[in-house]
Amino acid sequence: MALKTKTSTRIGVTILGWGIALWLFFPIFWMILTSFKSEVQAISTPPKLFFMPTLSSYTEVFERANYWHFALNTVIVSVGATAVAIALAVPAAYSMAFMPSKRTRGTLLWMLSTRMLPPVGVLVPIYILARNTHLLDTCTGLAIVDMLTNLPIIVWMLYTFFREVPAPILEAGRMDGATRWQETTMVLLPLALPGIASTALLSLILCWNEAFWSLNLTSSHAAPLTAFIASFSSPEGLFFGKLSAASTLAVAPILVFGWISQKQLVRGLTFGAVK
Amino acid sequence: MLRLKSTRTALCALGALLAGSVLSSAQAGGTLTIATVNNGDMIVMRQLSTEFEKAHPDIHLNWVTLEENVLRQRVTTDIAMKTGQFDVVTIGNYEVPIWAKQGWLTEIKPDDAYDMNDILPSVREGLSAKGKLYALPFYAESVITYYRKDLFQKAGLTMPEQPTYDQIRQFADKITDKPNQVYGICLRGKPGWGENMAYISSLANTFGAQWFDMSWKPTLTSDAWKATLNWYVSALKADGPPGATSNGFNENLALFASGHCGIWIDSTVAGGLLFDPKQSQVANTVGFAPAPKGPYGKGPTWLWSWSLAVPVSSHQSADAQAFIAWATSKDYVKLVAERKGWVAAPPGTRASTYAAPEYLKAAPFASFVLNAIKTADPNGPTAQPRPYTGAQFVAIPEFQSIGTQVGQTVAATLSDQMTVDQALTSAQASITRALRQSGRAR
Repeated sequence: MALKTKTSTRIGVTILGWGIALWLFFPIFWMILTSFKSEVQAISTPPKLFFMPTLSSYTEVFERANYWHFALNTVIVSVGATAVAIALAVPAAYSMAFMPSKRTRGTLLWMLSTRMLPPVGVLVPIYILARNTHLLDTCTGLAIVDMLTNLPIIVWMLYTFFREVPAPILEAGRMDGATRWQETTMVLLPLALPGIASTALLSLILCWNEAFWSLNLTSSHAAPLTAFIASFSSPEGLFFGKLSAASTLAVAPILVFGWISQKQLVRGLTFGAVK
Repeated sequence: MLRLKSTRTALCALGALLAGSVLSSAQAGGTLTIATVNNGDMIVMRQLSTEFEKAHPDIHLNWVTLEENVLRQRVTTDIAMKTGQFDVVTIGNYEVPIWAKQGWLTEIKPDDAYDMNDILPSVREGLSAKGKLYALPFYAESVITYYRKDLFQKAGLTMPEQPTYDQIRQFADKITDKPNQVYGICLRGKPGWGENMAYISSLANTFGAQWFDMSWKPTLTSDAWKATLNWYVSALKADGPPGATSNGFNENLALFASGHCGIWIDSTVAGGLLFDPKQSQVANTVGFAPAPKGPYGKGPTWLWSWSLAVPVSSHQSADAQAFIAWATSKDYVKLVAERKGWVAAPPGTRASTYAAPEYLKAAPFASFVLNAIKTADPNGPTAQPRPYTGAQFVAIPEFQSIGTQVGQTVAATLSDQMTVDQALTSAQASITRALRQSGRAR
């Protein structure tokens, strides 16, 4: 009887899990499906699930814009912002996790509170700063803004992972004569690697999908894939097929990357640094 | 030790990456940056612009395509902060006079070869301020009525040469077949100064309503406004598609093109799209008629032009002016006709386009468009004297926010959140407040 209940619970949970997964994936599935429709099929009511697929939207997207230019900018900005953010967040999280003061918690909360401000609230000062430092429409400018935007979350995540590393392990390293640098790079970072990897991946995804600053601080030279997608929206004319094709092309790399690294991501997010 | 080395290598790589990103952002010289929207005519211009580059080998064109509202925001920021990111900007006849008065646009002075008298007078006037020209029109649009000839025939109806709004309502009632998803009338319902309020402002004019009296006092609680909104709300509720508050130009275009609308009153630019079998399932059955008339029967109707202007922040004003003169010239229209066919010629700007027999043959809606633009009369009188100009908008800077706010209130009447009277009273109060805050009204 108990076995039967256990089996039915397992089946129920499996069905629920698949249901939620399909529900979450449905918009992406519909976007991909629409990208293979003609513009008339894309707007047909009721929506068509079965149709003769066409690559016309993709052809037009490639004809109209240089996808690779936008993709390269996205890679440069995302990787650059993530690398700098991790490089700054590791020492910050280290000091907060292993040398806390009475102001550590307050500092952490203050850092997180900056995320609660709507970005448009600081658009004008950031725009003026970017203009005066000649960083408008540059990958460096966008990467700095993305890095600063994500830094609070990255510090918080790394702080949480570092806190799970037992202090005696670091102490043992010190006893063996390791310097602070060696203690961090040879003991702490290898132990917290799954956590750092999942944090970096999250930062990469956030930078990849960031649209507000991309649309406001870049125009052509440094425009990333989010600007590429936005350029296919039209005030007058049908554009859903082309917009879906552009969106599919924009999310495809990060989707594949996320898929490949999901094991690492889940392990990092659920188990912490030390099992 | 090995790990230490690899950490240093990683840091070096990071430095190189950032250095690379700086290098990748280096700006090219002799380049005109053109900010535009993703409309069909603009895409054709971009494709054909290689001809301009061939004729001007020292000028390279750099295109930035943005969503309409993002474009406005970016260009406003760029000009106000004198960043000089854009050399040519695509803006409408709402912005041109306002921005010109602010001193944000360079006066346009095309050479003698540019046939200025060929540009339709109403379009040209909309791009001028204090007698000076600040933009050149790329294409222009007004308002007409689209209807399904097959549905009219089936219902035994005939579209008059000049329909009235009473007749339109009767036709819509007869055509509506909700079980088969055929809706008698489709109108803009999506809130926004350029969406539902463009149509409603035009509707209000022909119903004898207007936004302000001569002392800038809003007149939204007038009987004429009540009649306007009552017609709009009752028509959409009885004969409109479900979820009308989500429908803007594109959504209604999609509904009409896929056979779900009997009548659609909207921008003339949809004519070419509905007539194209690749984009429309009703290409063979679409009919055209002038915009209906309301009880007042007169007043400005609708005039919008997408135009090219040069911001004062541009460092290459002369090259930018050369480009916009090329893109809005008679020769450009001929080039489009040659390469893409006459039906793709930019509409609504030049008399010579409508004098070309090839164009009239390729675009059967051409005469309706020309007539609608000629009679749009954006500077003309409303039922009572008014202190502002504009047909489907009020040509004051506050209108973007006022229009959008009132648009949301109007949408609330469609979704039964408030009555027409409540909506108009609320709109009257919010506009009064906004105009006091801006200092335009006491």
